[in-house]
Amino acid sequence: MSEARSQILDGIRRSLKRGPLSGDALKAVEARLAEPPRGPAVARAALAQPDKVALFCQWAEANNATVVRVAPAEVAAEVSAYLARNNLPAEAVIAPSPQLAGYDWSSQKMLSLRRGRGEGSDHVSITGAFAAIAETGTVVMASGPEHPVTLNLLPDTHIVVLRESDIVGGYEEVWQRLRARYGKDRMPRTVNTITGPSRTGDIEQAMELGAHGPRRMHVLVVRE
Amino acid sequence: MQSTARDFKDNAHAALVDPNLQDSLAKLKVGFSERRRQAAERLPEFEALRDRARDIKNHALANLDFYLEEFERKVTALGGHVHWAPSAEDARRIIGELCRSMGARTVAKSKSMVAEEIALNEHLEALGIAPIETDLGEYIIQLRHEPPSHIIAPAVHLTKDQVADTFLEHHRKLGFTRRLTERNDLVAEARYVLRQKFLDADVGLTGANFLVAETGSSMLVTNEGNADLSNTLPRMHIVLASIEKVIPTLEDAAVLLRVLARSATGQESSAYTTLNTGPRRPGDLDGPEHYHVVILDNGRSAVLGTEMQDMLRCIRCGACMNHCPVYGAIGGHAYGWVYPGPIGAVLTPQLIGVEEAGNLPNASTFCGRCESVCPVRIPLPSLMRHWREREFERHLTPRAVRQGLALWSFLARRPRLYRRLTGLANRMLALFGRAQGRYRTLPLAGGWTRFRDFPAPPPGGTFHAQWRGRRS
Repeated sequence: MSEARSQILDGIRRSLKRGPLSGDALKAVEARLAEPPRGPAVARAALAQPDKVALFCQWAEANNATVVRVAPAEVAAEVSAYLARNNLPAEAVIAPSPQLAGYDWSSQKMLSLRRGRGEGSDHVSITGAFAAIAETGTVVMASGPEHPVTLNLLPDTHIVVLRESDIVGGYEEVWQRLRARYGKDRMPRTVNTITGPSRTGDIEQAMELGAHGPRRMHVLVVRE
Repeated sequence: MQSTARDFKDNAHAALVDPNLQDSLAKLKVGFSERRRQAAERLPEFEALRDRARDIKNHALANLDFYLEEFERKVTALGGHVHWAPSAEDARRIIGELCRSMGARTVAKSKSMVAEEIALNEHLEALGIAPIETDLGEYIIQLRHEPPSHIIAPAVHLTKDQVADTFLEHHRKLGFTRRLTERNDLVAEARYVLRQKFLDADVGLTGANFLVAETGSSMLVTNEGNADLSNTLPRMHIVLASIEKVIPTLEDAAVLLRVLARSATGQESSAYTTLNTGPRRPGDLDGPEHYHVVILDNGRSAVLGTEMQDMLRCIRCGACMNHCPVYGAIGGHAYGWVYPGPIGAVLTPQLIGVEEAGNLPNASTFCGRCESVCPVRIPLPSLMRHWREREFERHLTPRAVRQGLALWSFLARRPRLYRRLTGLANRMLALFGRAQGRYRTLPLAGGWTRFRDFPAPPPGGTFHAQWRGRRS
């Protein structure tokens, strides 16, 4: 194994006509890793917070998600109403997170919730979001005990409860938040950035929703 | 996969008369390129992002050894494993052993061009392990025993009706006995059939769009979510990626993501962009227990530091083939190996030899559209020209072409003779053809006049003569 490793690395160095990086060249790449330079600023990603929320909603809808803005007290009722509107069963699997536990689910007598990971038989999941990106209408999910990845993928319908203050302009702000929360050297096992429902263009290039992941994504943007 | 690049001309002739293929290609020519143009126009910073994307990849390539070691260090620190595969055979062996260590019977595979390059499926099948392609396009062509015809849309050569026939043939035994006519029904049936296979798979194998050195993460971009099910449900996740996929940081990934989806499908963003870092953590309720990354060289390190290095910037978006008039006329299979289109014409001779694939860099009109849309600004026509030169130097070019080129270069170095001969030819052509304005046949030009007329020269003499006339 180590022989194969040095075969590749030595081959690269031979082609680049140098040995392993050292001195100033090494310092330069180490500095670049420590303080990653940002790419050209994207004007669309640099807006005031209220405009970011509006832009997020606009792009999420353009990517076939549905979005509704609610107060915290309205979250549970909106979930029930959404399921009823779409003729879906009043049953869902919900991420075991303190944020979600804080909403008034007991007010929804008909809604049956299971806390845990997603299974192949689940129809509806409810999760929070680590952040959302206004630039593209994307929600960002960080895996962990409070947010199983299967909830983002297996059910037909994915309901996302997103706090307004978690909407950021562009990807770079998400990276910063991840480093601040988890440490620079310790990303969560999985970070899913998701833009609308699952889709495929593999038959005659026509976009069809619901390839392998959820067919529907409904985002509740919660005012604070 | 066995190359048929040597038979490029025959392949191309067959493609041109295949009605289903021509129907599919007609859609391709307007679809992808128009959507890319609109997406680029919606983002004022698009050209600046392309410049930076090029610079990032150049920087990564110039420090490739450093970033690969950094990537390995981070993966290992979080409980994952990195395997180094100098050759395709090494990669096949490593992946086969990993699958066997899990007692795997099935492997859920997410679309990977590198897996096609190393012919992984054939190897797994020989070991008694069933690879299951889960990307819809890959699934369709796996059922049909065909190779992909496009790097991001593997079944783009097929019509809906062909897919319907294929599903009926293969899903009948699962109880699906109705021939479907709607696209959404075909998608739903594939979803249903593949869902169970995901849940049963012992190993998930994916490629990677990028490996991020800073965090030790593999990054995957898909629309279907199949890669995410592949890296979440099975007990082992194997990532197969080639050395040039490594980039320094997440900030660099942000730049590349902004040009990738727009260049590929004209989307602002693909539906799923996922970072995977190591195996599941304590307390996690799902995710694989084992995480392995297999890093493949397969001839790439030898390209570094040469005039061909630019090809390693490629992020596999497919824009070059979507905009190529040759690809648009004949599709991907005619190229005869894994990577079609302009990028295939420069990669394939590198990976399987110019002796085998010398036809491909000649399959270009040098119109330059590929370079003009490439998100990392790879000078594809120049690279194809390099291959033509190497082919010529190694005496691989057909004799008639060599003799023609020799005659041309003899004349081109003798301007007076050249002008006299072209002037004579011009007068001869004018004498015989100006009345009709075109020729049905011409000596030595049967290859052209068999399919179309040759235009008669306009009045006023040769280009040289007209140029002289204007300047005086």
